[in-house]
Amino acid sequence: MSLAWWSRLGVSLRGLVPFTLGLVFVFITVAPWRLPGLDPVMPMFALTAVFYWSVYRPDWLPYTATFTLGLIQDLLSGTPIGMTALIFLVVQAVVVSQRRFFLKRSFLVMWWGFVMVAPAAAFTGWFVSSLVYGGVVPVEPVIVQLLLTVLFYPPLTWILGRFHNLITDHA
Amino acid sequence: MRPSGHRVLRLATPVKVLAQRFALLLLVGVALAMIIVDSAEPVVTERFRTTIIDVVTPVLEFFARPASSIAETAEQIDSFFVVYEENAKLREENAHLKQWVTAARQLEQENEVLRDMLNVVSDPRASFVSARVIADSGGAFVRTILINAGVRDGVAPGQAVINGDGLLGRVVEAGRRSARVLLLTDLNSLIPVVIESTRERAILAGDNSGRPRLNFLSENAFVAPGERVVTSGHGGMFPPGLPIGIVSHVSEAEVQIQPFADWQRLEFVTVLNYFVPGVLPATRRAERIEGLR
Repeated sequence: MSLAWWSRLGVSLRGLVPFTLGLVFVFITVAPWRLPGLDPVMPMFALTAVFYWSVYRPDWLPYTATFTLGLIQDLLSGTPIGMTALIFLVVQAVVVSQRRFFLKRSFLVMWWGFVMVAPAAAFTGWFVSSLVYGGVVPVEPVIVQLLLTVLFYPPLTWILGRFHNLITDHA
Repeated sequence: MRPSGHRVLRLATPVKVLAQRFALLLLVGVALAMIIVDSAEPVVTERFRTTIIDVVTPVLEFFARPASSIAETAEQIDSFFVVYEENAKLREENAHLKQWVTAARQLEQENEVLRDMLNVVSDPRASFVSARVIADSGGAFVRTILINAGVRDGVAPGQAVINGDGLLGRVVEAGRRSARVLLLTDLNSLIPVVIESTRERAILAGDNSGRPRLNFLSENAFVAPGERVVTSGHGGMFPPGLPIGIVSHVSEAEVQIQPFADWQRLEFVTVLNYFVPGVLPATRRAERIEGLR
């Protein structure tokens, strides 16, 4: 097999890293951690991943991959099918449209951008699930979940950044 | 790069952008359609859900193990500091329980004799399946868990799920080797119950919080905090008398229940197969599940 073939294989495998990481984040979210009070307010880890790749490498996480991540999260957590997929797609579309603003900005500006985007995602989830269940889903856990998601942004972004460097260096 | 390459690239970029926008719109449309179908006709999406969950069950089991060992380590560290008090408490509880065992044996014999005398039709016996919790809802919108037992183990929608503390919820979807349990705290959970001492009937309705409410309690019913609430067995899917919780708060507007279940310690659960023939009409869903076996 030629060197070009191997390098092409490397490139296509590299493209799988963002999706695979997102998938791992989904599995970590639904894993039974059994920590007091954690489950209802479990941070939306995969949302952070969608945000990150949408800013830095949207070509590595195409809309179909984002949709699939959301769909898997819906299937596993028991939320209405399509709800998280919709949230992730909307977040990615908004972030990609504002990409020029985010690129080459400091970490704090990025975090602030996430603080702007995450409530829209949480509210969409609250609105859709309330509509589907025909009753008002309690807001308090949604707000706590949102705060935790924002707080977990720095460590998750650090992990995503390590992987980003790893696959960029070997390009 | 040659000029022709430039032209191709210039042409390709807008085409690519257009294709991406089209993909985005299409996928948003698909997601919306899925939400509508899932809420209007959940039977259609159920097969899809259970099939995918069956496929990823080994992955969920893989992730559930480290998660549970972290929880165990935290518990061990926690219990190390209180081991003396814990021991004293357990010894006291043990003595108390031994008295209850004697009382229960006597009552069981007495019951049997009285039932014989009155020719009471006895309740169907429940068989059970034990399963590990492999995922929880991981979010604010639903209160469900996934377990690693399914149709091949005799699990079917409607069955009660319990642990040592009492009732946890019921099976809502069953795949071949996995099943989803709707916890009694979920917004969609409705369970027929009775107040143990007064035999007042009510419906226990979840609201996603840790304290479900009692609905349809008769107006002149007397309910006081501390009373035990158990399943009534109405509807024929749950055995009567499964402990659920105690009345924790009574006001004009609502009666709240504190479930016995410790939601943080759900590692293994028991699914009860209790079926009263002829009570529920055979549904298409049930037939399909039979077909899956």
